[in-house]
Amino acid sequence: MSEAARTTILARLAAALGRDPASERRRKEEIAARLAVPTPNLIPARAQVSGEERIELFLRMARAVQTDVERLAHLSDVATATTRFLRFHNLPQRLVAVPDPLLDRAGFDRQPLMRLRRGTANVEDAVGLTIAEAGVAETGTLVLMSSPLRPTLVAFLPETLIVVLPIEDVVGAYEEAWQRIRARGGPSRSVNFITGPSRTGDIGQQITLGAHGPKRLLVLLVERLDRT
Amino acid sequence: MQPTSVRFDHQARRALADAELQRALSAIRTGWQPARARAAAALPEFDALRDLARDLKDHVLAHLDLYLEAFEAAATAVGARVHWARDAAEAREIVLGLCEAYGARSVTKSKSMVAEEIGLAEALEGRGISRVETDLGEYIIQLAHEPPSHLIGPAVHFTKERIAKLFAEHHGGPELTQAEALVAEARRVLRQKYFEAEVGITGANFLVAETGSVITVTNEGNAELTQGLPRHHIVVTGIEKLVPTMEDAFTFLRILARSATGQEFSAYTTVITGPKRAEDLDGPETLDIVLVDNGRSALHAGRFREILRCIRCGACMNHCPVYLAIGGHAYGWTYVGPMGAVLTPQFVGLEQAWKLPEASTFCGRCEEVCPVRIPLPRLMRFWREEAWRRRLPPAVQRSGLRIWAFLATRPRLYRLAARLGSGILAILSRGRGRLRWLPGASGWTAARDFPAPEGGTFFSRYQRGRR
Ligand code: SF4
Repeated sequence: MSEAARTTILARLAAALGRDPASERRRKEEIAARLAVPTPNLIPARAQVSGEERIELFLRMARAVQTDVERLAHLSDVATATTRFLRFHNLPQRLVAVPDPLLDRAGFDRQPLMRLRRGTANVEDAVGLTIAEAGVAETGTLVLMSSPLRPTLVAFLPETLIVVLPIEDVVGAYEEAWQRIRARGGPSRSVNFITGPSRTGDIGQQITLGAHGPKRLLVLLVERLDRT
Repeated sequence: MQPTSVRFDHQARRALADAELQRALSAIRTGWQPARARAAAALPEFDALRDLARDLKDHVLAHLDLYLEAFEAAATAVGARVHWARDAAEAREIVLGLCEAYGARSVTKSKSMVAEEIGLAEALEGRGISRVETDLGEYIIQLAHEPPSHLIGPAVHFTKERIAKLFAEHHGGPELTQAEALVAEARRVLRQKYFEAEVGITGANFLVAETGSVITVTNEGNAELTQGLPRHHIVVTGIEKLVPTMEDAFTFLRILARSATGQEFSAYTTVITGPKRAEDLDGPETLDIVLVDNGRSALHAGRFREILRCIRCGACMNHCPVYLAIGGHAYGWTYVGPMGAVLTPQFVGLEQAWKLPEASTFCGRCEEVCPVRIPLPRLMRFWREEAWRRRLPPAVQRSGLRIWAFLATRPRLYRLAARLGSGILAILSRGRGRLRWLPGASGWTAARDFPAPEGGTFFSRYQRGRR
């Protein structure tokens, strides 16, 4: 059934476009070439910033959509900042963190009261901790990329989400983030662009946070990863 | 959904008299409308991006066959299965067949207009498969057994008080008054459903030919849980959703949320490329993508091709004086507002839907705000011509128009008749300059005042001004 449907649909489209066999080869080559060399279209001037200006833009845009952002000097400050944040929101010191070994150096060994589980999230997890592939200054957006070390549900099931973003991974425009993903061999199963906590306007057109995804979003912007 | 577009005029009249609906609709004027204007003003490149987006869609439509083939090849290469459906019945059968093969007793569904269009909900229920809508607006209308009334806010016609009553009826417990409490309750109820479902069904905002990826855009995060928790993910979408590359998708994404809700970017834009990979800890084991034609190739072949550029943002309805006066249900089918007036005649037949393209003041606001610059008034006019040719409007209307045509081609007579008409209107307004009631258009004046002519006809003032 599907094969017949496929043939019919493609034939209908081709007929509407009035193909002549002579130009067909050239057309195919053109489209193949366009797909082989993806090129950015117009990138807004706002996104074409660098250095501290870019970080400033990221902070401003992220905060405008109710993302909390904290700047940390070292990766090992992540645990302290997490503890502080959870305490402030009167939440238990318990979280699920992605298995990425980068978080082994986040300082949790110095937080004996924190109950930390590594893996993907389940329905009981109230707080999730993951790592962003990039941050996009243009709209204060986080880019998460699924992998065995960074399962996706950690960013969606818990009511509170904390994301580690190395400052060197903040880019100006979405296209730059995607360029990095291409450089890593293309998109993994799930690439999430996250701009603020989950929200809905479905109740009386009033913006309410925490519809299905996280209600709170904290970004820990880390200056130095101190890679060993 | 059984179309009721043929009763458009009755439904519109009822909507105008519905005080609660009017209250709900007025929120669009103070919410999405100014929000879009602010977002557009905050991005100097906004209009240039719209031009680009229009050209990109035209390019894709001119090579749609090749882009579909490229998408299919790329999606298959990453382990997805691609299915093709000529019409609604075929699409339903494919989805039902997959659900049965996967042993699904319950499915979760995030918002998909194509699923609405093909009547998937009823079909699932017919097979005894329970379905839960996860988009909060869709969930509300599912509880109320109502069709959506807006592209991006399917329950925009509900006031908070009505939602509170509905939730109390279905969930038990007291009537809540705070939006936060209502959202929290829905979150709790829906959470369980995600885990029970064997299949998650989503739509797609864009399909990327280069990588075979499916892009969904939401604010709630429900699409991510709908496809991320069950073992099987089915995407139901239209064949016009193609973009060549992610770079092209970004051009559309930059104008989509701004046009829809006035946000700079929606909270969640997710790019799905194939099912769960070997070492992944989560994600569905299978990914099936159903590409639905259902009349799109016919639109593509004729003079309505430009409507296929539509990215379902809802801006045209948010700025339409007719939609804002009567809401979505009066249109009588899945698609509403100006884009609905163009699409519905194709899907349900012009005999059923000829009244929709008639319901336009031709003010041009829809075309002005459409992010992909679809000439909606012109496309509506095409349907009107076609309806006229097929003699669908009743004799009264035809003779009314014929009188106008008779006068319009005889300038002297027209001016005389117009002078008479405007004189009468000025008297009716009793010097207030507004008319609360207009003969033959009481439905219109119930929702607004009609500005009374200030004196003289356009022609007489034009003549005066020239002198
Ligand atoms: S016709 Fe244009 S404005 Fe209306 S929903 Fe489609 S893209 Fe948006």
